[in-house]
Amino acid sequence: MSFQEKQLPADASFGDKALNWIDARFPLSSTWKAHLSEYYAPKNFNFLYVFGSLALLVLVIQIVTGIFLVMHYKPDANLAFASVEYIMRDVPWGWLVRYMHSTGASAFFIVVYIHMLRGLLYGSYRKPRELVWLFGVGIFLCLMAEAFFGYLLPWGQMSYWGAQVIVNLFGAIPFIGPDLSLWIRGDYVVSDATLNRFFAFHVIAIPLVLIGLVIAHIVALHEVGSSNPDGVEIKDTVTESGIPLDGIAFHPYYSVHDIFIVTIFLLIFSAVVFFAPEMGGYFLEYNNFIPANPLKTPPHIAPVWYFTPFYSILRATTSDFVYWLQAGVAAYVALIILRTRLASKCKIAAAVIGLLIIVGMFIFDAKFWGVVLMGVSVMIMFGLPWLDTSPVKSIRYRPGWHKYIYIVFGIAFIVLGYLGVQPPTPVGTAIAQVCTFLYFGFFLLMPWWSATGTFKPVPARVVYHPH
Amino acid sequence: MEVDIAGMAPGEQRTVEWRGKPVWIIKRTPEQVAALPKHDSELADPQSKRTQFSTTPEYAMNEWRSRHKDILVLVGICPHLGCSPSSRFQAGPQPSLPDDWQGGFLCPCHGSTFDLAGRVYKNKPSPDNLQVPPYMFEGDTKLVIGKDEKGEAKA
Repeated sequence: MSFQEKQLPADASFGDKALNWIDARFPLSSTWKAHLSEYYAPKNFNFLYVFGSLALLVLVIQIVTGIFLVMHYKPDANLAFASVEYIMRDVPWGWLVRYMHSTGASAFFIVVYIHMLRGLLYGSYRKPRELVWLFGVGIFLCLMAEAFFGYLLPWGQMSYWGAQVIVNLFGAIPFIGPDLSLWIRGDYVVSDATLNRFFAFHVIAIPLVLIGLVIAHIVALHEVGSSNPDGVEIKDTVTESGIPLDGIAFHPYYSVHDIFIVTIFLLIFSAVVFFAPEMGGYFLEYNNFIPANPLKTPPHIAPVWYFTPFYSILRATTSDFVYWLQAGVAAYVALIILRTRLASKCKIAAAVIGLLIIVGMFIFDAKFWGVVLMGVSVMIMFGLPWLDTSPVKSIRYRPGWHKYIYIVFGIAFIVLGYLGVQPPTPVGTAIAQVCTFLYFGFFLLMPWWSATGTFKPVPARVVYHPH
Repeated sequence: MEVDIAGMAPGEQRTVEWRGKPVWIIKRTPEQVAALPKHDSELADPQSKRTQFSTTPEYAMNEWRSRHKDILVLVGICPHLGCSPSSRFQAGPQPSLPDDWQGGFLCPCHGSTFDLAGRVYKNKPSPDNLQVPPYMFEGDTKLVIGKDEKGEAKA
């Protein structure tokens, strides 16, 4: 088909003509419509639905401040620490840019954790939004990698020893471990080579993947449409022209709503940046104001707060705890065999895998299994769309006692996070071990508990009270 | 790498950098040396027989893990996840340590404890004793680290 451009009347405005010229060559108006002015979102969104937009805002803050930081930062083990201090003291407004970036890192995790909690409560990951959720978990993994790689760059004591411990985690993998951690570091110790490659990952590799995943996340969401606190599919009830009856255009209705909450967010964000950028040692750890010293580990080292729940799971895996894990695996395999209607092939496979894990726990030491549990504790989120077998999506229509399961899970997660910033104690380790079982129990037993109980009837239309 | 250890007082510790890692040189007191064989039952590998992570040189496969009973040479990196343990030479009850503490090292990251020969206590995260690098003496006061009669240390 030959190129055709819509003919406008001769007296059309310059703006109309320009837009017409672009639209013939690039899907500008149609993209604007598909994703904003004619993207119909459920009208019953609550406060929790703003955190996706906030996450996008924080991403922009991180990229923009990051660009300015890279203009002055030196990725060299001899110069890095001093260049960060130079940014803080000599570069005009450098302190502001750096504090925005460091506060942005923690803000990113706060926003994303709430965003994920929202998904968990209202079943946003359920069919047909599985891919939205998978891309989202991918984004979460990228964020963790960004935070880890970025944390080495100031080349302070926490940077150095944090990287040392995390890279050595890979050394726990049987057979290939020591060579793998050597390959990651590029040296026998964390050194200039390590700093340079972490810098490359932090500013180029991971951000590229992250932005790609964010686009995929939004495109997948807009393909299937947003869920809502009732878990009702608004596309099931449409007008004659195919517009969901319970949907309202994202722009201007939700863009205005989001911009209002953005102002509140920026108010809090600025308060932290200007009045408490270190946030009592939680956003910027005090030991990181000491230059990296490969000869001396600080007396107390702990990861930044957003990693501590997973770090606690790692630390909870002692050699005594491995016996409990073996019992747990055996019980889980028994549950699969006795209480599911899977094909016998699947049951045999489960039994074989379970047996291999139990035998493996006798062969490889607890250090390795700690690393495995920490990895699985994050990766298990990928399985959520298939673990949840509840007939309803939203917690609003689940049996009342399901709420207590979510509360126990939430408490276990927060307790793990708290214990992760504390020095290890025998009591703390025992509590972390109980919480580790609760954490994994929540996910692994979900196929059973999520389908049990008396569910409330889900309405055909969303519940909405105009105000 | 050569270190002059002339004039080290009993109980003194020096840290030098060898291949980017801290190496400790510690001159133990006669009482500390005498106490070493007494708590073998509390240790995971008192005779340093394990070879999974590092092999202890033959001349250090003894209860004091050194050539001379007083001079201890160790790589100051915990075999667990690579933190550098802190020196806690003072015996007796103190924070984060057992009440019958004999003096030794405590890893600040995950709580592994080692005795004054760098041997790990039982049920600790560290899977091995602290590494003894190859070393030898040249004369009375010159210590050579990273090299012994068998040649240079491997990576």
